[in-house]
Amino acid sequence: MDVVHLWKAYGDKLVLRDLSFSAPPGVTCIEAPSGGGKTTLLRIILGLEKADRGRVEGLEGARLAAVFQEDRLLLHAAAIENLTFVRAGEEEAAAELLEELGLPLSGQPVAEFSGGMRRRVALARALLAPSDALVLDEPFTGLDTQSRAACLACLRRRGEGKVVLLASHNPQDARELDARVVRLPAI
Amino acid sequence: MFFWLAVWQGFALLVGEELLLPGPIDAAWSLVLLMGSVSFWQAAGYSAARILGGFFLAAAAGVLCAACGCAFRAVRELLQPLVDVMKAVPVASFILLALMCVPSRKLPLLISFLIVFPTVYGNVLEGSGHAEAQLLEMARVFRVPPARQIRSIYLPQVMPYFRSACSLSLGLCWKAGVAAEIIGLPAGSVGERLYTAKIYFETPELFAWTAAVVALSALSERLILGLMDRFSGGMGGA
Repeated sequence: MDVVHLWKAYGDKLVLRDLSFSAPPGVTCIEAPSGGGKTTLLRIILGLEKADRGRVEGLEGARLAAVFQEDRLLLHAAAIENLTFVRAGEEEAAAELLEELGLPLSGQPVAEFSGGMRRRVALARALLAPSDALVLDEPFTGLDTQSRAACLACLRRRGEGKVVLLASHNPQDARELDARVVRLPAI
Repeated sequence: MFFWLAVWQGFALLVGEELLLPGPIDAAWSLVLLMGSVSFWQAAGYSAARILGGFFLAAAAGVLCAACGCAFRAVRELLQPLVDVMKAVPVASFILLALMCVPSRKLPLLISFLIVFPTVYGNVLEGSGHAEAQLLEMARVFRVPPARQIRSIYLPQVMPYFRSACSLSLGLCWKAGVAAEIIGLPAGSVGERLYTAKIYFETPELFAWTAAVVALSALSERLILGLMDRFSGGMGGA
Protein backbone atom coordinates (compact mmCIF):
# COMPACT_ATOMS: atom_id res chain seq x y z
CA MET A 1 0.00 0.00 0.00
CA ASP A 2 1.35 3.43 -0.91
CA VAL A 3 0.30 6.81 0.41
CA VAL A 4 1.20 9.36 -2.26
CA HIS A 5 1.48 13.13 -1.58
CA LEU A 6 -1.53 13.27 0.72
CA TRP A 7 -2.92 16.65 1.87
CA LYS A 8 -5.82 17.22 4.20
CA ALA A 9 -7.11 20.31 5.97
CA TYR A 10 -10.21 21.09 8.03
CA GLY A 11 -11.00 24.69 7.25
CA ASP A 12 -7.80 26.62 8.02
CA LYS A 13 -6.24 23.81 10.02
CA LEU A 14 -3.81 21.75 7.98
CA VAL A 15 -3.70 18.16 9.27
CA LEU A 16 -1.68 16.28 6.66
CA ARG A 17 0.92 17.98 4.47
CA ASP A 18 2.30 16.20 1.42
CA LEU A 19 2.51 12.87 3.22
CA SER A 20 4.03 9.95 1.34
CA PHE A 21 5.10 6.50 2.54
CA SER A 22 4.88 2.83 1.59
CA ALA A 23 3.46 0.05 3.74
CA PRO A 24 4.40 -3.44 2.52
CA PRO A 25 2.90 -6.53 4.22
CA GLY A 26 3.82 -6.53 7.92
CA VAL A 27 3.23 -3.96 10.63
CA THR A 28 3.73 -0.28 9.89
CA CYS A 29 3.45 1.89 12.95
CA ILE A 30 2.26 5.46 12.42
CA GLU A 31 3.54 7.61 15.22
CA ALA A 32 2.45 11.14 16.00
CA PRO A 33 1.45 13.05 19.09
CA SER A 34 -2.26 13.38 19.94
CA GLY A 35 -4.01 15.52 17.32
CA GLY A 36 -1.17 14.87 14.89
CA GLY A 37 -3.35 13.52 12.05
CA LYS A 38 -3.13 9.74 12.69
CA THR A 39 -6.89 9.20 12.84
CA THR A 40 -7.48 11.41 9.79
CA LEU A 41 -4.91 9.43 7.81
CA LEU A 42 -6.51 6.11 8.80
CA ARG A 43 -10.00 7.39 7.95
CA ILE A 44 -8.75 8.38 4.48
CA ILE A 45 -7.19 4.94 4.02
CA LEU A 46 -10.50 3.32 5.10
CA GLY A 47 -12.33 5.42 2.51
CA LEU A 48 -14.36 7.27 5.16
CA GLU A 49 -12.90 10.67 4.25
CA LYS A 50 -11.55 12.19 1.08
CA ALA A 51 -8.09 13.69 0.86
CA ASP A 52 -7.83 17.24 -0.46
CA ARG A 53 -4.94 16.15 -2.67
CA GLY A 54 -2.95 12.97 -3.21
CA ARG A 55 -4.06 9.35 -3.14
CA VAL A 56 -3.79 5.92 -1.53
CA GLU A 57 -2.66 3.19 -3.91
CA GLY A 58 -2.65 -0.59 -3.68
CA LEU A 59 -5.87 -1.06 -1.71
CA GLU A 60 -8.24 -1.10 -4.68
CA GLY A 61 -10.77 -3.89 -4.02
CA ALA A 62 -8.91 -4.96 -0.85
CA ARG A 63 -10.98 -6.09 2.14
CA LEU A 64 -10.23 -3.91 5.14
CA ALA A 65 -10.78 -4.52 8.84
CA ALA A 66 -10.40 -1.84 11.45
CA VAL A 67 -10.20 -0.91 15.09
CA PHE A 68 -11.60 2.61 15.27
CA GLN A 69 -10.64 5.33 17.69
CA GLU A 70 -13.94 4.53 19.46
CA ASP A 71 -14.88 0.89 20.12
CA ARG A 72 -18.02 1.02 17.95
CA LEU A 73 -19.53 -2.17 19.39
CA LEU A 74 -23.12 -3.41 19.38
CA LEU A 75 -23.60 -2.65 23.05
CA HIS A 76 -26.78 -4.74 23.46
CA ALA A 77 -25.07 -7.85 22.04
CA ALA A 78 -22.63 -10.33 23.58
CA ALA A 79 -18.93 -10.30 22.63
CA ILE A 80 -19.31 -13.32 20.34
CA GLU A 81 -22.24 -11.67 18.55
CA ASN A 82 -20.12 -8.59 17.93
CA LEU A 83 -17.59 -10.82 16.22
CA THR A 84 -20.07 -12.82 14.14
CA PHE A 85 -21.66 -9.52 13.06
CA VAL A 86 -18.66 -9.07 10.73
CA ARG A 87 -18.25 -12.77 9.92
CA ALA A 88 -21.45 -14.76 10.13
CA GLY A 89 -21.40 -18.47 10.90
CA GLU A 90 -17.90 -18.44 12.45
CA GLU A 91 -18.94 -18.92 16.07
CA GLU A 92 -16.17 -21.45 16.75
CA ALA A 93 -13.39 -19.23 15.40
CA ALA A 94 -14.88 -16.26 17.25
CA ALA A 95 -14.98 -18.17 20.54
CA GLU A 96 -11.37 -19.28 20.07
CA LEU A 97 -10.26 -15.71 19.46
CA LEU A 98 -12.15 -14.40 22.47
CA GLU A 99 -10.50 -17.02 24.64
CA GLU A 100 -7.08 -16.07 23.30
CA LEU A 101 -7.71 -12.48 24.36
CA GLY A 102 -9.04 -13.51 27.78
CA LEU A 103 -12.62 -12.44 27.11
CA PRO A 104 -15.73 -14.19 28.48
CA LEU A 105 -17.90 -16.35 26.21
CA SER A 106 -21.04 -15.70 28.24
CA GLY A 107 -24.07 -13.96 26.77
CA GLN A 108 -23.30 -10.85 28.84
CA PRO A 109 -23.86 -7.72 26.72
CA VAL A 110 -20.68 -5.77 26.03
CA ALA A 111 -22.38 -2.70 27.53
CA GLU A 112 -21.52 -4.30 30.89
CA PHE A 113 -17.83 -4.75 29.99
CA SER A 114 -14.99 -2.56 31.25
CA GLY A 115 -13.25 -0.17 28.83
CA GLY A 116 -10.29 -2.53 28.41
CA MET A 117 -12.54 -5.51 27.68
CA ARG A 118 -14.44 -3.55 25.05
CA ARG A 119 -11.18 -2.55 23.40
CA ARG A 120 -10.16 -6.21 23.20
CA VAL A 121 -13.54 -7.11 21.66
CA ALA A 122 -12.99 -4.40 19.04
CA LEU A 123 -9.54 -5.85 18.25
CA ALA A 124 -10.91 -9.40 18.14
CA ARG A 125 -13.60 -8.29 15.69
CA ALA A 126 -10.97 -6.79 13.36
CA LEU A 127 -8.82 -9.92 13.60
CA LEU A 128 -11.72 -12.26 12.82
CA ALA A 129 -13.08 -10.30 9.86
CA PRO A 130 -11.96 -11.53 6.44
CA SER A 131 -9.36 -8.95 5.41
CA ASP A 132 -6.28 -8.15 3.34
CA ALA A 133 -5.28 -5.19 5.47
CA LEU A 134 -5.77 -4.18 9.10
CA VAL A 135 -6.17 -0.54 10.05
CA LEU A 136 -5.80 -0.13 13.80
CA ASP A 137 -6.26 3.18 15.60
CA GLU A 138 -4.69 3.00 19.07
CA PRO A 139 -5.92 -0.59 19.61
CA PHE A 140 -4.14 -1.03 22.95
CA THR A 141 -5.58 2.02 24.72
CA GLY A 142 -6.74 1.29 28.25
CA LEU A 143 -5.28 -2.24 28.42
CA ASP A 144 -3.35 -3.55 31.41
CA THR A 145 0.09 -5.14 30.86
CA GLN A 146 -1.22 -8.70 30.68
CA SER A 147 -4.07 -7.94 28.26
CA ARG A 148 -1.75 -5.83 26.12
CA ALA A 149 0.74 -8.72 25.87
CA ALA A 150 -2.07 -11.10 24.83
CA CYS A 151 -3.27 -8.63 22.19
CA LEU A 152 0.24 -8.08 20.82
CA ALA A 153 0.84 -11.83 20.54
CA CYS A 154 -2.51 -12.36 18.85
CA LEU A 155 -1.90 -9.53 16.38
CA ARG A 156 1.56 -10.86 15.54
CA ARG A 157 0.13 -14.29 14.81
CA ARG A 158 -3.07 -13.36 13.00
CA GLY A 159 -1.76 -10.29 11.16
CA GLU A 160 1.01 -12.24 9.45
CA GLY A 161 1.18 -11.64 5.71
CA LYS A 162 -1.24 -8.71 5.85
CA VAL A 163 -0.66 -4.99 5.59
CA VAL A 164 -1.12 -3.79 9.17
CA LEU A 165 -1.29 -0.05 9.83
CA LEU A 166 -1.10 0.74 13.50
CA ALA A 167 -1.60 4.27 14.77
CA SER A 168 0.03 4.74 18.14
CA HIS A 169 1.61 7.36 20.34
CA ASN A 170 3.49 4.69 22.28
CA PRO A 171 6.93 3.90 20.72
CA GLN A 172 6.97 0.60 22.63
CA ASP A 173 4.25 -0.78 20.30
CA ALA A 174 6.50 -0.52 17.24
CA ARG A 175 9.45 -2.12 19.05
CA GLU A 176 7.44 -5.05 20.35
CA LEU A 177 5.83 -5.69 16.96
CA ASP A 178 9.10 -5.26 15.11
CA ALA A 179 7.35 -2.69 12.94
CA ARG A 180 8.45 -0.11 10.43
CA VAL A 181 7.80 3.35 11.75
CA VAL A 182 6.32 6.31 9.93
CA ARG A 183 6.46 9.52 11.97
CA LEU A 184 3.96 12.16 10.94
CA PRO A 185 5.74 15.49 10.78
CA ALA A 186 4.54 18.19 13.17
CA ILE A 187 2.58 20.90 11.33
CA MET B 1 -59.91 1.74 41.46
CA PHE B 2 -62.21 0.77 44.33
CA PHE B 3 -62.30 4.41 45.38
CA TRP B 4 -63.59 5.54 41.97
CA LEU B 5 -66.12 2.69 41.82
CA ALA B 6 -67.36 3.85 45.22
CA VAL B 7 -67.58 7.45 43.93
CA TRP B 8 -69.56 6.22 40.90
CA GLN B 9 -71.92 4.23 43.14
CA GLY B 10 -72.31 7.28 45.38
CA PHE B 11 -73.29 9.48 42.43
CA ALA B 12 -75.70 6.82 41.12
CA LEU B 13 -77.40 6.69 44.53
CA LEU B 14 -77.51 10.49 44.60
CA VAL B 15 -79.15 10.68 41.14
CA GLY B 16 -81.41 7.76 42.07
CA GLU B 17 -82.45 7.09 38.48
CA GLU B 18 -81.02 4.09 36.63
CA LEU B 19 -81.99 5.56 33.26
CA LEU B 20 -79.74 8.56 33.80
CA LEU B 21 -76.86 7.05 35.77
CA PRO B 22 -76.79 3.35 36.61
CA GLY B 23 -74.40 2.26 39.37
CA PRO B 24 -71.38 0.00 38.74
CA ILE B 25 -73.27 -3.03 40.06
CA ASP B 26 -76.10 -2.51 37.55
CA ALA B 27 -73.61 -1.96 34.72
CA ALA B 28 -71.61 -5.05 35.74
CA TRP B 29 -74.77 -7.18 35.90
CA SER B 30 -75.79 -5.89 32.48
CA LEU B 31 -72.34 -6.83 31.15
CA VAL B 32 -72.64 -10.32 32.61
CA LEU B 33 -76.02 -10.76 30.89
CA LEU B 34 -74.56 -9.47 27.61
CA MET B 35 -71.60 -11.80 27.81
CA GLY B 36 -73.98 -14.71 28.09
CA SER B 37 -75.38 -14.00 24.65
CA VAL B 38 -73.88 -15.14 21.35
CA SER B 39 -74.59 -11.77 19.73
CA PHE B 40 -72.22 -10.05 22.21
CA TRP B 41 -69.30 -12.19 21.11
CA GLN B 42 -70.28 -11.81 17.46
CA ALA B 43 -70.32 -8.02 17.78
CA ALA B 44 -67.02 -8.00 19.70
CA GLY B 45 -65.44 -10.26 17.07
CA TYR B 46 -66.82 -8.17 14.21
CA SER B 47 -65.45 -4.90 15.61
CA ALA B 48 -62.14 -6.38 16.79
CA ALA B 49 -61.47 -7.89 13.37
CA ARG B 50 -61.98 -4.57 11.59
CA ILE B 51 -60.37 -2.24 14.13
CA LEU B 52 -57.34 -4.47 14.72
CA GLY B 53 -57.19 -5.23 10.99
CA GLY B 54 -56.81 -1.49 10.41
CA PHE B 55 -54.18 -1.36 13.15
CA PHE B 56 -52.06 -4.15 11.66
CA LEU B 57 -52.33 -2.78 8.13
CA ALA B 58 -51.34 0.69 9.34
CA ALA B 59 -48.47 -0.68 11.42
CA ALA B 60 -47.11 -2.60 8.41
CA ALA B 61 -47.58 0.35 6.06
CA GLY B 62 -46.09 2.75 8.61
CA VAL B 63 -42.95 0.64 9.06
CA LEU B 64 -42.56 0.13 5.30
CA CYS B 65 -43.02 3.82 4.49
CA ALA B 66 -40.68 4.85 7.33
CA ALA B 67 -38.02 2.45 6.01
CA CYS B 68 -38.38 3.99 2.54
CA GLY B 69 -38.43 7.46 4.06
CA CYS B 70 -35.25 6.71 5.98
CA ALA B 71 -33.50 5.50 2.82
CA PHE B 72 -34.84 8.14 0.40
CA ARG B 73 -35.32 11.78 1.30
CA ALA B 74 -37.75 12.24 -1.61
CA VAL B 75 -40.15 9.67 -0.08
CA ARG B 76 -39.93 11.46 3.26
CA GLU B 77 -40.75 14.81 1.69
CA LEU B 78 -43.55 13.33 -0.40
CA LEU B 79 -45.23 11.66 2.58
CA GLN B 80 -44.84 14.48 5.10
CA PRO B 81 -47.83 16.64 3.97
CA LEU B 82 -50.04 13.55 3.84
CA VAL B 83 -49.03 12.54 7.37
CA ASP B 84 -49.55 16.09 8.63
CA VAL B 85 -53.08 16.13 7.17
CA MET B 86 -53.85 12.73 8.71
CA LYS B 87 -52.73 14.04 12.09
CA ALA B 88 -54.62 17.33 11.91
CA VAL B 89 -58.01 16.40 10.40
CA PRO B 90 -60.61 15.63 13.12
CA VAL B 91 -61.65 11.97 13.30
CA ALA B 92 -65.33 12.90 12.85
CA SER B 93 -64.52 14.69 9.57
CA PHE B 94 -62.66 11.63 8.33
CA ILE B 95 -65.62 9.43 9.23
CA LEU B 96 -68.16 11.64 7.46
CA LEU B 97 -65.96 12.05 4.39
CA ALA B 98 -65.20 8.34 4.24
CA LEU B 99 -68.89 7.44 4.52
CA MET B 100 -69.45 9.07 1.14
CA CYS B 101 -67.27 6.58 -0.69
CA VAL B 102 -66.70 3.60 1.64
CA PRO B 103 -69.34 1.07 2.73
CA SER B 104 -70.03 1.38 6.46
CA ARG B 105 -68.76 -2.15 7.20
CA LYS B 106 -65.28 -1.09 6.02
CA LEU B 107 -65.35 2.22 7.87
CA PRO B 108 -63.78 1.06 11.20
CA LEU B 109 -60.90 -0.53 9.31
CA LEU B 110 -60.21 2.65 7.35
CA ILE B 111 -60.54 4.97 10.34
CA SER B 112 -58.35 2.74 12.48
CA PHE B 113 -55.74 2.79 9.69
CA LEU B 114 -55.86 6.58 9.42
CA ILE B 115 -55.37 6.99 13.16
CA VAL B 116 -52.52 4.49 13.52
CA PHE B 117 -50.48 5.17 10.37
CA PRO B 118 -49.11 8.67 11.18
CA THR B 119 -48.06 7.65 14.70
CA VAL B 120 -46.24 4.50 13.60
CA TYR B 121 -44.68 6.20 10.57
CA GLY B 122 -43.46 9.19 12.60
CA ASN B 123 -42.06 7.15 15.47
CA VAL B 124 -40.28 4.56 13.33
CA LEU B 125 -38.79 7.27 11.14
CA GLU B 126 -37.50 9.08 14.20
CA GLY B 127 -36.08 5.86 15.67
CA SER B 128 -34.26 4.92 12.48
CA GLY B 129 -32.81 8.44 12.33
CA HIS B 130 -31.21 7.75 15.70
CA ALA B 131 -29.30 4.71 14.43
CA GLU B 132 -25.71 5.42 15.35
CA ALA B 133 -23.75 6.84 12.43
CA GLN B 134 -20.52 5.40 13.87
CA LEU B 135 -21.95 1.86 13.87
CA LEU B 136 -23.19 2.26 10.30
CA GLU B 137 -19.73 3.47 9.29
CA MET B 138 -18.18 0.44 11.01
CA ALA B 139 -20.58 -1.88 9.17
CA ARG B 140 -19.64 -0.20 5.89
CA VAL B 141 -15.90 -0.75 6.46
CA PHE B 142 -16.46 -4.42 7.35
CA ARG B 143 -18.85 -4.79 4.36
CA VAL B 144 -21.64 -6.20 6.53
CA PRO B 145 -24.69 -7.13 4.40
CA PRO B 146 -27.69 -4.75 4.70
CA ALA B 147 -30.00 -7.41 6.20
CA ARG B 148 -27.60 -7.95 9.10
CA GLN B 149 -27.21 -4.19 9.57
CA ILE B 150 -31.00 -3.82 9.80
CA ARG B 151 -31.24 -6.63 12.33
CA SER B 152 -28.37 -5.61 14.57
CA ILE B 153 -28.17 -1.82 14.25
CA TYR B 154 -31.55 -0.48 13.13
CA LEU B 155 -33.98 -2.85 14.86
CA PRO B 156 -32.65 -2.47 18.42
CA GLN B 157 -32.75 1.30 17.87
CA VAL B 158 -36.23 1.39 16.33
CA MET B 159 -38.07 -1.14 18.53
CA PRO B 160 -38.65 1.17 21.55
CA TYR B 161 -40.06 3.84 19.21
CA PHE B 162 -42.28 1.29 17.44
CA ARG B 163 -43.50 -0.13 20.75
CA SER B 164 -44.40 3.29 22.07
CA ALA B 165 -46.27 4.09 18.81
CA CYS B 166 -48.23 0.83 19.07
CA SER B 167 -49.07 1.39 22.73
CA LEU B 168 -50.36 4.87 22.00
CA SER B 169 -52.26 4.06 18.83
CA LEU B 170 -53.92 0.83 20.05
CA GLY B 171 -56.08 2.77 22.49
CA LEU B 172 -56.76 5.49 19.93
CA CYS B 173 -57.77 3.08 17.17
CA TRP B 174 -60.40 1.46 19.42
CA LYS B 175 -61.81 4.87 20.34
CA ALA B 176 -61.89 6.09 16.73
CA GLY B 177 -63.02 2.73 15.33
CA VAL B 178 -66.04 2.50 17.65
CA ALA B 179 -66.86 6.17 16.96
CA ALA B 180 -66.87 5.33 13.25
CA GLU B 181 -69.23 2.42 13.92
CA ILE B 182 -71.59 4.64 15.90
CA ILE B 183 -71.79 7.07 12.97
CA GLY B 184 -71.72 4.53 10.13
CA LEU B 185 -73.80 1.89 11.98
CA PRO B 186 -72.45 -1.24 10.27
CA ALA B 187 -74.83 -4.10 11.13
CA GLY B 188 -73.64 -6.37 13.96
CA SER B 189 -70.90 -4.08 15.26
CA VAL B 190 -70.22 -2.92 18.83
CA GLY B 191 -70.85 0.66 17.69
CA GLU B 192 -74.32 -0.25 16.42
CA ARG B 193 -75.13 -1.96 19.74
CA LEU B 194 -73.95 1.10 21.65
CA TYR B 195 -76.12 3.34 19.49
CA THR B 196 -79.15 1.08 19.92
CA ALA B 197 -78.69 1.05 23.70
CA LYS B 198 -78.59 4.85 23.69
CA ILE B 199 -81.71 5.18 21.46
CA TYR B 200 -83.77 2.84 23.71
CA PHE B 201 -82.48 4.41 26.94
CA GLU B 202 -80.90 1.11 28.00
CA THR B 203 -78.33 3.01 30.01
CA PRO B 204 -76.89 0.05 31.98
CA GLU B 205 -76.34 -1.72 28.66
CA LEU B 206 -74.68 1.43 27.29
CA PHE B 207 -72.28 1.35 30.21
CA ALA B 208 -71.76 -2.38 29.77
CA TRP B 209 -70.83 -1.97 26.09
CA THR B 210 -68.49 0.88 26.98
CA ALA B 211 -66.80 -1.33 29.57
CA ALA B 212 -66.56 -4.08 26.96
CA VAL B 213 -64.78 -1.70 24.55
CA VAL B 214 -62.35 -0.63 27.29
CA ALA B 215 -61.66 -4.28 28.11
CA LEU B 216 -61.15 -5.21 24.44
CA SER B 217 -58.77 -2.28 23.99
CA ALA B 218 -56.76 -3.17 27.11
CA LEU B 219 -56.68 -6.85 26.17
CA SER B 220 -55.48 -6.24 22.62
CA GLU B 221 -52.83 -3.80 23.88
CA ARG B 222 -51.55 -6.28 26.44
CA LEU B 223 -51.51 -9.14 23.91
CA ILE B 224 -49.83 -7.24 21.09
CA LEU B 225 -47.25 -5.49 23.26
CA GLY B 226 -46.52 -8.78 25.06
CA LEU B 227 -45.83 -10.51 21.76
CA MET B 228 -43.68 -7.59 20.68
CA ASP B 229 -41.62 -7.73 23.90
CA ARG B 230 -41.12 -11.44 23.43
CA PHE B 231 -39.94 -10.89 19.86
CA SER B 232 -37.57 -8.05 20.69
CA GLY B 233 -36.22 -9.98 23.71
CA GLY B 234 -35.23 -12.85 21.46
CA MET B 235 -33.84 -10.53 18.82
CA GLY B 236 -31.17 -8.77 20.92
CA GLY B 237 -28.11 -10.38 19.31
CA ALA B 238 -26.29 -9.98 16.03
